Amino acid sequence: MKPFEVENMSITFGKVTVLPAVSFQIEAGECFGLVGESGSGKSTVLRCASMLLNLWDGEARIGGKSVKDMPAMERCRTLQMVFQDPYGSLHPRHSIRTTLSEPLRIHGLDNQQQRMEQAMTDVGLPLSFLDRFPHQLSGGQRQRVAIARALILEPDVLFLDEPTSALDVSVQAEILNLLVRLRDEKGFTYIMVSHDLAVIDHMCDRFAVMKSGHIVEVLPRTAILDGSAKAPYAQELIAASLAYEGAA
Amino acid sequence: MADPILDIQNLTLRYPNAPTPAVCGVSFTLGQERLGIVGESGSGKSTVGRAIMRLLPDATMQADRMSFAGVDLLNASEKQMLKLRGARMSMILQDPKYSLNPIQRCGDQVAEAYRTHVSTTKSDAKAKAIAMLEAVQIRDPERVYDLYPHEVSGGMGQRIMIAMMLLTDPELVIADEPTSALDVTVRLQVLSILDDLVKQRGIGLIMISHDLNLVRNFCDRVLIMYAGRIVETLDAKDLDHARHPYTRGLLAAQPRIGGPRRPLPVLDRDPSWLSEATL
Repeated sequence: MKPFEVENMSITFGKVTVLPAVSFQIEAGECFGLVGESGSGKSTVLRCASMLLNLWDGEARIGGKSVKDMPAMERCRTLQMVFQDPYGSLHPRHSIRTTLSEPLRIHGLDNQQQRMEQAMTDVGLPLSFLDRFPHQLSGGQRQRVAIARALILEPDVLFLDEPTSALDVSVQAEILNLLVRLRDEKGFTYIMVSHDLAVIDHMCDRFAVMKSGHIVEVLPRTAILDGSAKAPYAQELIAASLAYEGAA
Repeated sequence: MADPILDIQNLTLRYPNAPTPAVCGVSFTLGQERLGIVGESGSGKSTVGRAIMRLLPDATMQADRMSFAGVDLLNASEKQMLKLRGARMSMILQDPKYSLNPIQRCGDQVAEAYRTHVSTTKSDAKAKAIAMLEAVQIRDPERVYDLYPHEVSGGMGQRIMIAMMLLTDPELVIADEPTSALDVTVRLQVLSILDDLVKQRGIGLIMISHDLNLVRNFCDRVLIMYAGRIVETLDAKDLDHARHPYTRGLLAAQPRIGGPRRPLPVLDRDPSWLSEATL
């Protein structure tokens, strides 16, 4: 378990400043949520912190070490990411076995077969699925493969970019349960991007509300119901979510 | 319900080369009400909507009866359908980014919908379009009229689409996941605009969605579909008292704000659901 912190992260695309200066801290083993409307920069934070985008200023540290100073190999073993769309994030012409063995081969890990079997068991897929291709799996099963691929390098921090928004509620429940169980078993630190406050409330201890690149407020999970949010936009978002759910 | 707008009995639809029918024995009637169709992806809910509009020319369609305000939809010619579509029944699609023409001004697209079905002058159509844009609560409709789809936000795009679909005063509107591409903060706004207009004009609305909360709040009656069949029909307010295990499974699988953080109940699919007679 390692803590994660972001300090003054900023990035501009051309003339547009997408993130002016974002800072937050996450404790080891915490599940931290990022919410906000589309275009507010939630995913950009994850893409910067994972160095998928590398021209940004500021710092992101995992266990005190800056991700910018980590060599790619070490970085990939420290943090992994699960993407939104399970249909787009797996190579369509690679079998699940190839998808899972590639990171093992790159990192020169031993016991490849055993590690693959362990990862498949961890995400609750039968071992026979190793020889299937993504088009032979349902959306939920593909998302499990994407999670298995992230787990197989035994990272400390997992970035979850809307991991369930492309899935049906029934399948979403399976994936959320899986993520909760894996965190209990392996002690990951999660950062979860979502636009669904109910999912955030189910998973996270604290969450940050983002609007046009700024974190307007960091709130504990309880703030959704007790109305302690102070920033007007956070209040608006929470009110809209509650009204939408009909729980108010 | 005196005279149903839409009456469908025993609709079965099969896509070419598909092993099983996508829709199987679906029956329902619709009056001046708001009907929700809920189900998982692949349950056939959108297919039902498209079948009503006859937008699936490759599929084979069978039904005991399929009539819309006196018109037999099964045997209507394409010429008759062209007169119906857009004029008397229309469809609001999921994502305004993909369903508006990117190289035409928003307002012209709204006016075009009107001019296709009503013989009128250009300037009259424009005035109608602007009035309609105002009705969907777009501030400054004259300015928005001249904008291109990439210049408007998702919520505004969806309101433009609603304006386009309601301008011809249809009797039936099919909304296929009208808000799933929008943020929560705008979602309610767009829904309440749609809801007001549908009520004012006495339109029959079919809301296709995977979102139980939306249907609960914005529909009178709900059909729950599973694998091409209707497994349960309920009044929206009775959704919590659903009896079918599939509906109850869907409701329970939804995380709730302030809910207990136990593992969420997972749907246990029973093969017998497939063979049950539809209601």
